[in-house]
Amino acid sequence: MADEYKGILIYIERRRDGAITPVGAELLGKGRELADKLGGELAAAIFGPGAGDAAAELFPMGADKVYVVDHDMLKEFRPRPYAKALAQLAQEVGPAVLLAGATTQGRDLAGAAATYLKTGLTADCVGLEIDDAGVLKQTRVSCGGRVMSEWVTAEARPQFATVRPKIMKPLERDAGRTGETVAFNVNLTADDDVGEVVSFLEATETVNLGEADIIVSGGRGLGNPEGFGVIKELAECLGAAVGASRAAVDAGWIEYASQVGQTGRTVSPKLYIACGISGAVQHLAGMGTADVIIAINKDEEAPIFKIATYGIVGDLYEVVPVLIEEIKNRRS
Amino acid sequence: MHAVVCIQQVPDTQELQVDFNAGAIKRGGVPLVVNPFDEFAIEEAVRLKEKHGGNVTAVTLGPPSADEALRTALAMGCDGAVHLLDEAFDGGDTWATAVALAKAVEKVGEYDVLFFGKATVDGDTGQVAPRVAALLELPMLNFVAKIDEIDFDAKAVKVERLLETGREVVRAPLPAAISVVKEINEPRYPSLLGIRKAKKVDVPTWDAAALGLDAESVGSAGSLCKMERLYQPPARAGGEIVPGEPADAAKAVAEKLIDQGII
Ligand SMILES: Cc1cc2nc3c(=O)[nH]c(=O)nc-3n(C[C@H](O)[C@H](O)[C@H](O)COP(=O)(O)OP(=O)(O)OC[C@H]3O[C@@H](n4cnc5c(N)ncnc54)[C@H](O)[C@@H]3O)c2cc1C
Ligand SMILES: Nc1ncnc2c1ncn2[C@@H]1O[C@H](COP(=O)(O)O)[C@@H](O)[C@H]1O
Repeated sequence: MADEYKGILIYIERRRDGAITPVGAELLGKGRELADKLGGELAAAIFGPGAGDAAAELFPMGADKVYVVDHDMLKEFRPRPYAKALAQLAQEVGPAVLLAGATTQGRDLAGAAATYLKTGLTADCVGLEIDDAGVLKQTRVSCGGRVMSEWVTAEARPQFATVRPKIMKPLERDAGRTGETVAFNVNLTADDDVGEVVSFLEATETVNLGEADIIVSGGRGLGNPEGFGVIKELAECLGAAVGASRAAVDAGWIEYASQVGQTGRTVSPKLYIACGISGAVQHLAGMGTADVIIAINKDEEAPIFKIATYGIVGDLYEVVPVLIEEIKNRRS
Repeated sequence: MHAVVCIQQVPDTQELQVDFNAGAIKRGGVPLVVNPFDEFAIEEAVRLKEKHGGNVTAVTLGPPSADEALRTALAMGCDGAVHLLDEAFDGGDTWATAVALAKAVEKVGEYDVLFFGKATVDGDTGQVAPRVAALLELPMLNFVAKIDEIDFDAKAVKVERLLETGREVVRAPLPAAISVVKEINEPRYPSLLGIRKAKKVDVPTWDAAALGLDAESVGSAGSLCKMERLYQPPARAGGEIVPGEPADAAKAVAEKLIDQGII
């Protein structure tokens, strides 16, 4: 077991098909900056079948070293064996900082792993910084976006945080970068073999809300379920994902998986287009960190206009088709 | 069947007030409610009871006012409740809270399912459930949108978990910890009769000593994370209404998006 905690360790999440999810590159980008400030190496941990092959992709993203962890019980993500494995690896490697994405998998994993490690965990961070004393300052947003707070992990180590996807910037890919790959043997027992993934029902939506650069959302202002037709058309034209307010979900116009906000998903796209959404605090809680927000609403008093980068006062059924046409024209 | 539901009382987000000078969220004067996700957890537990028989116990860790949250849970159909009440519990991070909740759940006795909400709407960490499950060595089924099958004799459950890219169907042995998302059900409103009955229920309060924990291992003293600063988010630049007729404004916005390289 490590007696001194040094460097940074990043948990790399993979999709069901084994591909690395984008938050991995984002964390390596941030991790590189933290490691350069703190001293020590930037290591990545990648789990499951074929992890060894995927490891090579992580050096161009900034990693100095990659720990490859494979085992019969790690064939697919399950919280118990994955968290046990991550805790064992972190105990062996002894990183000062341990990071995972604040995705469903990351949250599932980190809560358990932090408990096995008996360390703190700051959830869904939007800022990370090493101060002059070498301590990790962890910034998070709470209370529906109205409060920011800065946290430190007092004495326990590693300093463990999950990080909101799309907030940190990946490095420019450097194909010339190489590093060391290390196989790590985990020690899992029959007790850890808990939970059986029976099947997976792929969502019909093609673009994942959490990873989307652009999201087009519809609210009660659509007036009817068919209204999502024009939302989807705009989304398609932009390669965007489709989101919704709770009012639209509760009306049964679109499935809950699309709901953005406090009781739905938290997203941080580059561009968020809110159509017929008033901008209730619970909705803003889920999208207030978008880089650019466009609001289309026929009520000029709608609160969404206070936070929108650009607001268009008008009937969405008039505005959205013009947007689509104009974008298509200008692009061709 | 015995289900235990962990619920937290939270300030109503609409009414929330933050005193940035005092570095704290004001609780006094702000309406307090059961954490919205926890209402789904209560509802699911009560539905299991109605279908399979048995009983449901609600547990909360919180200040004296949290008693109201337990009364709501009782009025919705929970049979018993426990209030973890001790000044020593104040200011706990997810670790310290989970340590106390895990002890309390053990003390409540045998159970088949331990329910949680996906996250609290004020803290929004979603960590208490996986931490409690890890401490109790329970299978953790997070983000559950549906219980497909549950068999209390065979001690097995099959659920659908709502993930970013779809739904994962998972089978696990009971007892298990389950955190629920909004899709799982529609919580009932407590009936008048339920409210009247709930008032009469004797709710035991357990302090740290009752859980066999010393004051240093719970609350802020037992926390592994410390908050150093609470502040107001920087105001969003924005609020620009693009002038003109809607169609002209739309054209102007499309132009801005393309010129600025946003799309
Ligand atoms: C505990 C709790 C949790 C919640 N969680 C969430 C959450 O996760 N996500 C969420 O979104 N909400 C959530 N809500 C609900 C939230 O408070 C609002 O009720 C909801 O966001 C309103 O949705 P909306 O903006 O679509 O509808 P409305 O508020 O009804 O707004 C519709 C808007 O459309 C405009 N409009 C109407 N017709 C047109 C048209 N033809 N063209 C252009 N504009 C038009 C109207 O002017 C209006 O501003 C939550 C509430 C509570 C209490
Ligand atoms: N103080 C508490 N008392 C009882 N249950 C809690 C408490 N805090 C959190 N929980 C449970 O843990 C879930 C997740 O909370 P959190 O990790 O704080 O977002 C909540 O939905 C509750 O089910």
